[in-house]
Amino acid sequence: MFYPYNTLQIWDTVGEACTELKREYDQCFNRWFAEKFLKGDRGEDPCSETFRKYQSCVQKAIKEKDIPVDGVEFMGPNKDKPES
Amino acid sequence: MVKYFCNNTDIRSTWDYVVSAFWQRYPNPFSTHVLTEDVVYREVTSNNRLLSRRLLTKTNRLPRWADRFFPSGISRCVYIIEDSIVNPVDRKLTTYTWNLNHTTLMSVEERCVFQDSTDEPDTTLLKREAWISSGIFGFSRPIQEFGLSRYKSNQVKAMKGLEYALSNLRGDTAPWLLSDTVKDASGKAKEAAKNLASAAAPPKTQQFI
Repeated sequence: MFYPYNTLQIWDTVGEACTELKREYDQCFNRWFAEKFLKGDRGEDPCSETFRKYQSCVQKAIKEKDIPVDGVEFMGPNKDKPES
Repeated sequence: MVKYFCNNTDIRSTWDYVVSAFWQRYPNPFSTHVLTEDVVYREVTSNNRLLSRRLLTKTNRLPRWADRFFPSGISRCVYIIEDSIVNPVDRKLTTYTWNLNHTTLMSVEERCVFQDSTDEPDTTLLKREAWISSGIFGFSRPIQEFGLSRYKSNQVKAMKGLEYALSNLRGDTAPWLLSDTVKDASGKAKEAAKNLASAAAPPKTQQFI
């Protein structure tokens, strides 16, 4: 069953302009994650600059589209659940 | 009244591969209902855990009887938050996922824990729990049943998507990256779904419950 969307432009990222920045960041992160983080390497994060650029773009798109992410506590609803 | 669901699954891959694939599973051929995926927060803590938040938008596919709860103009998109903690020392990935909007109609919360299997070598155990509830007076039970049924079918897709990402990861020479041709194919499937959507959509104002 398929329902029509509203006029919200939808791409792989909430911000159409952020696609390339997201791709760059994802590539950097995936490499760092497997090669460094999982192996316990606590060296400098090589992705901080690409992350900053990507975030700047994405956060702007989130505000423009009024997506209610702000102020949502990390793992908030997990607090009232019994331990796994 | 909340419906609770719990199950365990064995994934035939090492935890390292599973956790790497976890970040790379979109797009995949089973996720045409997932429209966007963005990391909106990330931090490595002082005790070397990776905290992440992803924002996902998904289509909201409902049966016809639920239309009465969706007057025209209400957003068909569901916004979902996925918070996660990767603990590389204990080899544990914990995720918590819930929807931000349409919560009056239905709230679905899910907790997943991925850990090394204690029974099988090179295998990861996934323990999944879900809490499904609806606030619609007089209809909460059928909505919850529908929610549970959709949740289960989404989990089948999610597992297929993860397996898809895993099988490509394992075959790749650069193991941290899915090959571009694979992602392109998935991207095309999603493009087709999007085009179908835009063709069908009359202009409407965006609103959220």
